[in-house]
Amino acid sequence: MIDATNLRKRFGALEVLHDVSVGIRTGAVTALVGPNGSGKTTLIKIVLGLARADAGVFSVNGQPADEAGAYRRHIGYMPQAARFPENLRVRDVLELVRALRPDAPRDEELISAFRLALEMDKLVGTLSGGTRQKVNAAIAFLFRPSLLILDEPTAGLDPIASGILKDKIRQLRGEGRSVLITSHILTELEELADDVAFLCDGHLRFSGSVAALLERTGERRLEAAIAALMRSERARTADPLPESVGPLGWLPVEVEPS
Amino acid sequence: MNIVMLVFQAGLRDLTRNRWIAAYMLGFLLIAEGLFWFGGTGPQVALSLLNVVLLVVPLVALIFGTIHVYASREFVELLLAQPVPRRQLFIGQFLGLALPLSGAFAVGAGIPFAWHAGAGTGGGALLALFTAGVALSVCFAAVATWIALSTDDRLKGVGLALGVWLATTVVYDGLVLGASAAFSEYSLERPLLALMAGNPVDLARVLVLTQLDVSALMGYTGALFERTFGTGIGTTVAVATLLAWCAAPLALAARRFQRRDF
Repeated sequence: MIDATNLRKRFGALEVLHDVSVGIRTGAVTALVGPNGSGKTTLIKIVLGLARADAGVFSVNGQPADEAGAYRRHIGYMPQAARFPENLRVRDVLELVRALRPDAPRDEELISAFRLALEMDKLVGTLSGGTRQKVNAAIAFLFRPSLLILDEPTAGLDPIASGILKDKIRQLRGEGRSVLITSHILTELEELADDVAFLCDGHLRFSGSVAALLERTGERRLEAAIAALMRSERARTADPLPESVGPLGWLPVEVEPS
Repeated sequence: MNIVMLVFQAGLRDLTRNRWIAAYMLGFLLIAEGLFWFGGTGPQVALSLLNVVLLVVPLVALIFGTIHVYASREFVELLLAQPVPRRQLFIGQFLGLALPLSGAFAVGAGIPFAWHAGAGTGGGALLALFTAGVALSVCFAAVATWIALSTDDRLKGVGLALGVWLATTVVYDGLVLGASAAFSEYSLERPLLALMAGNPVDLARVLVLTQLDVSALMGYTGALFERTFGTGIGTTVAVATLLAWCAAPLALAARRFQRRDF
């Protein structure tokens, strides 16, 4: 679904992404994990075209990224915290994004599941953070995207709403769509994720299935396995992790000696 | 529908419901009507209003514009994640800021003149006054957009915008005055004209004053301007230079928007 090769990005002296090559499988939920400042958001922003990589190429659904952004018709994006113009009604915001993608198929299910019909005529500025986040989620799922990018999707949602959202994510996976999700709530990722991509200091340190990660770390739960990855990352000095080649369709992870 | 129009419409809808824009419009309405109320004739009101326009329009466009562009940041990111080219999004966003700003000024200041049927103000003078106000709105909204797109530190951005306002409305005139005093023994006509063209606020002032036929109030550069160009050509030159002053910061902002990482 996403095929990225040797993505590199630096901000000034800081190398945020260091030759990251990663493949996101079609029809799977991939958890993008890593400590704060590891480059997760930068990677997402590059895939969305919000930021430009200094080097490297990527394609989405086989379509190479282009300046005009036509490839983004495959993508639904839910940012971490959405802010809409305060004096627009919920209805105005939804109508705007619908009009920007007039030919895309529609999926209005989240709008009804979140009962947003009751909020349609309210100004966005008067909404609670949770309701804004529901609107945000509804927009991401609105166009039946073949790739969903969710940045901390359940932050700010109540348990009922986040349950609805998780069910929706599973439903999309069932339809063969792909989901890339970042979250610090590892139990949540454990429920949803098929694959894991682990970033640390701009290096992709692991990418493969959850089962492969558990096997490699010798842990039984995702949370412990990721903690183990972070520990070994910290301990890594002259002893780099062995190169891993994931299951079918996975690009090998580059681990260079430091 | 066209992407530019869609984004512009959303911006327009947002800002026409914005209370600061409403207050700005009401402010101009009260000031202009107040000036009539105190027994001014049309040209006198236009002249007094000009001084308000030259100070207030750049200030509001700069500060409101900068804050608005910062506040729209997350929404712009959301829109950029849609299959939409950046250039069209930028144009729509900018129009959605510049038109409500210009419109609030034009409607607020325009209603009293319409109400009093111009009260003896010449058509040329009125046209010049409103052109100046709209051009200053567009120019400084573009500067504000450029500033907000160039620095991520919001406090620094608003500080820069304030600095631009002080520089163009207060400091610049002082420098011109100082220069003309210091070099009074030399022929300064051409350098001073160049200096005047270097500040959109000065240009706007001269544009209106030449039309109001009050050369005595134009100051040194204004009188010089009229003598050099004559009223007709002078107006054309002033309008053209003002337009360039709108286009230049807008081009810089557009380039910044096109290239920056969000």
